[in-house]
Amino acid sequence: MRHHHRRRSPVFDAVTPLGLTVRYLTLLAVLAITVGPMLWELSTSLKAITEDVYTASPHLLPRHPTLGNYGRVGRLIPIGHFALNSALVAVIDVAGNLAGATAAGYALARLSFRGRRLVLGLFLSTLVLPGEVTIISQYQTVTRLGLGDSLLGVALPSVIGALNVLLMRNAFLAVPAELEEAAVIDGATVWQRLRFIALPAVKGTLSVIAILTFIGAWDDFLWPLLVLQSPDKLTLTVGLSYLQGAFTADPRTIAAGAMIALLPVLALFVALQRYFFRGVGEGAVKG
Amino acid sequence: MPSRPPRTHRRSTPWLLIAPALGWLAVFSLWPALNTAVLSFTNVHTLSGGQFIGPHNYQLMWQDPQLRDAIVNTLVFMAVCVPLLTFLPLLLALLVQRTLPFMGFFRTVFYFPVIASAVVVALIWQWLLDDRGLVNGLARQAGLVHSAVPFLTDRWLLLASAIALTVWKGLGYYMVLYLSALGNVRRELHEAAAVDGAGAVRRFWAVTVPGVRGTMALVSVLIAVSAMRVFTELYVLGGRTGGVGGQDVSLVMLIQQAAAGSDGRLGYASALSVFLFVLTVGPLLLLARWNRRTD
Repeated sequence: MRHHHRRRSPVFDAVTPLGLTVRYLTLLAVLAITVGPMLWELSTSLKAITEDVYTASPHLLPRHPTLGNYGRVGRLIPIGHFALNSALVAVIDVAGNLAGATAAGYALARLSFRGRRLVLGLFLSTLVLPGEVTIISQYQTVTRLGLGDSLLGVALPSVIGALNVLLMRNAFLAVPAELEEAAVIDGATVWQRLRFIALPAVKGTLSVIAILTFIGAWDDFLWPLLVLQSPDKLTLTVGLSYLQGAFTADPRTIAAGAMIALLPVLALFVALQRYFFRGVGEGAVKG
Repeated sequence: MPSRPPRTHRRSTPWLLIAPALGWLAVFSLWPALNTAVLSFTNVHTLSGGQFIGPHNYQLMWQDPQLRDAIVNTLVFMAVCVPLLTFLPLLLALLVQRTLPFMGFFRTVFYFPVIASAVVVALIWQWLLDDRGLVNGLARQAGLVHSAVPFLTDRWLLLASAIALTVWKGLGYYMVLYLSALGNVRRELHEAAAVDGAGAVRRFWAVTVPGVRGTMALVSVLIAVSAMRVFTELYVLGGRTGGVGGQDVSLVMLIQQAAAGSDGRLGYASALSVFLFVLTVGPLLLLARWNRRTD
């Protein structure tokens, strides 16, 4: 935000018409590359069964747009049910991370206690550990808890993430200590300070964690693929991967399924993107 | 070193706050990490407890002809992804960094592929790269090819497609990391260089790159580590056995194949996991050394 008020140097900040044109043309080209494939998939999902999707002269706009493919996906696989399963897992993980990472992050940033550095070190150490390495042992743990082939088993390992704890710690560290010191003098307890002073100051990071956790749970594939077997318990991503081979080879139907998985998270992100980019700036880890 | 905050609370309060997170860390990260190493010396299956069998799993692993393919695929994947995803997102971040009209829009939309599930992305790309898909259709129309390019059935083309998809999906993520790093590059350096007559390209190498070098190192390691973990892209794009003849398997795909089903060979899968860990820690140690040298 500071940049707006800084005096601009005429040499460096001069915006030439040619420079602007080149910049925007490049951005439009990148835009075509990033959303083009998504638009093409959306278009395929809207093309009627009578329309040749394999045509040698591709056209983006469907001649006779139809939602029929979406109905067909629903008859092939219980996609609404899968979406609910995914949403349930995602909501459990978001709630767990917001509560657990906030509590631990606050203690690590703002409270003094013996062993603080050791605990911090433990959280840091797991960052270098790729999740895939521990997945087999996690699978064994979840099965032994009797949670194999269950949505709770899918959600469980990600209920509190070490990275989120560290992000919350960074966010709390950035809150000026004087605010809390004043509250201490006024006799506020830890809980009151956390609730009324620290939490409102870290909303940006909280929203980043909520958004990223939701997307992570909604998009995850390998772990639910391993844990789940029953067809009625599958999450959306696992269900979709079955759509691809076993049931149909019709690209329109697959495209409709892909859109059902894609559009809700895109909508969520567009709705919250303001908080997301602000939060990313707020919690920027100086590397 | 930061000074300790004054104690204004009960001794147990911090531990109450930390306990859940620490518990999760212990049960789902620390313990599985150690346990994986132990399991790799057993013949444990999904539903039956195993016995200690020494390094047998590791011997089996070396005789597995698919392991060689997996290592080659994974290393090629990493070698191409690391430079591409280290530089392209930086250029992209520079393009959307200035406060000009529509920059917020571009930033948001460039992030879309990041949000999409890898499964969805792979389905989209499968349709693009199909023999009768958009890419082949356009190429044929332009007269570039006469018969379809077998993107999804040729071993190296499939790997290349998975790389293209990964770069496409990763651009926005690393762009955001660079955006927050670029905020710390000192503007005066740019202005001084511009006054001295340095053009945009000179300033990029002389000012921007040194300014974000720490982030570049971090980004390249993140990419290397995630390249070691490639799974979904190949699984969906090529098919669940790793493409035609199973030649496009990755290390994680071998782990998944060994562990899948109600009679999964968890001991063997654990040995593969330990191997994956050793390969992954390599780039991290390199970064640690590099950081120490430049500090």
